[in-house]
Amino acid sequence: MPIRASEIDPRFKYELSRIHGGEKLLRCFQCGTCTSDCPVARFSDAYRPRTLIRMAQLGLKERVLTSDTLWLCAACFTCTDRCPQGVEVASVIRVLRNLAAEKGMVPQIFKDQTACILDSGYAYKIPELRIRKREQKGLPPLPKRSPEKIRAALKGVKFIEKAKKEIEKHEQ
Amino acid sequence: MSSKYLIFLGCAVPYRVSSYEISSRKVLAKLDIELVEMPEFNCCGLPLDPVSHESMLILAARNLALAEKTGLNILTLCPGCAGTLKKVTKTLNKDKSLREKINGHLRESGLNFKGTVETKHILQVLMEDVGLEKIRKSLVNPLTTLRVAEHVGCHLLRPRNMIGFDEPEDPQTLKKLIEATGATCLDYADETECCGAPSVGVSDKVALQLARDKLNNVKNVEAQALITICPFCHIMFDTNELRIERAFNETYGIPVLHYPQLLGLAMGMTSEELAFDELRVDTSKILLVIKGVNQK
Repeated sequence: MPIRASEIDPRFKYELSRIHGGEKLLRCFQCGTCTSDCPVARFSDAYRPRTLIRMAQLGLKERVLTSDTLWLCAACFTCTDRCPQGVEVASVIRVLRNLAAEKGMVPQIFKDQTACILDSGYAYKIPELRIRKREQKGLPPLPKRSPEKIRAALKGVKFIEKAKKEIEKHEQ
Repeated sequence: MSSKYLIFLGCAVPYRVSSYEISSRKVLAKLDIELVEMPEFNCCGLPLDPVSHESMLILAARNLALAEKTGLNILTLCPGCAGTLKKVTKTLNKDKSLREKINGHLRESGLNFKGTVETKHILQVLMEDVGLEKIRKSLVNPLTTLRVAEHVGCHLLRPRNMIGFDEPEDPQTLKKLIEATGATCLDYADETECCGAPSVGVSDKVALQLARDKLNNVKNVEAQALITICPFCHIMFDTNELRIERAFNETYGIPVLHYPQLLGLAMGMTSEELAFDELRVDTSKILLVIKGVNQK
């Protein structure tokens, strides 16, 4: 797809470089080690970490943040370990995902897990049956949970505030 | 000498993989590792990292601050939890202003992260605290007839500069621990590749293809079982093995054991004690191999 000058935000790369994990974005010289070593790229023609990094460097903000492939990274950190420039590729992708999530662009599974953590303290809803089965198997009870304290601790985090509003809307 | 740890169960283990918890507790007790339950717990934070790095830092720091109050170090079963707690400890110990910010979030519940707790995964405790010699001495039934493959997964190894455990490009710890049970540990192609679990829910197709590729490589060396140390990897290979066989028209029948189950067998525990009944893939063949029954 051709790139239009109007799509380019020349400040975007500097914005990313100031976020924890994105500091080394500008070092990337597009060698492609990340893509060639990526286990996901082996099975998905669409997912190319090198392309995501280039889009970020070029300032194609909207395009990269709305890209579906942004969410395919398995966070195995192979690219981060092998990058000859020390870019921390997986962390740059995480920074991009965080920005997309703040704008509400996030796959359902992450919304579900966020709701579950806010509600129970656990990333999954552990069924009553499982908890009873623990006793039968002689396992100790699960540790105390304080979801209200977790919600208090996460107060003010931009993504969480947005997620809470969405949950409330959903419940009404 | 006995060591004492806070056991950090995480979410996936109590949710779906209690066989890992049951076998781990049994084996650790026999090896004089005392476990104390976490007084209070929340998700380690890792599942929120993709959407909110800050939330991940807060959730992890909260757990670490709760642990600090007990004065004990943490033992985890899940490499995801181990990796996260290690990374956050390192990050907040280095960046004082970030630590201040995160502690601001914890203040309301009277908590404060100081960075004094060390987090170890069970594999690390078995290698560093127990040691190969003690493990070898604990064997009742060495598994000399068994040939297995191992899968360490990602988060106990990478990123290298944050975790600093074993050699990520050629990890040896699990191999040595397997060989200590008397079993043979086979090499296979792409040993350090990801199981695919983190892509579940985003693209199940990609996730299952990753697991299939691993299972093919394990099958190619004729391993009689695959040994894991992660609840998510275990779900990908054991819970999903049948699904992968159906989706891609493959046949594996490869049992997937948690390392503590393998060790437990060698220590003379029964498959019932080690919760083999919770595994999906049939394990009867390897139990016969271990008993020395020739099944060919």
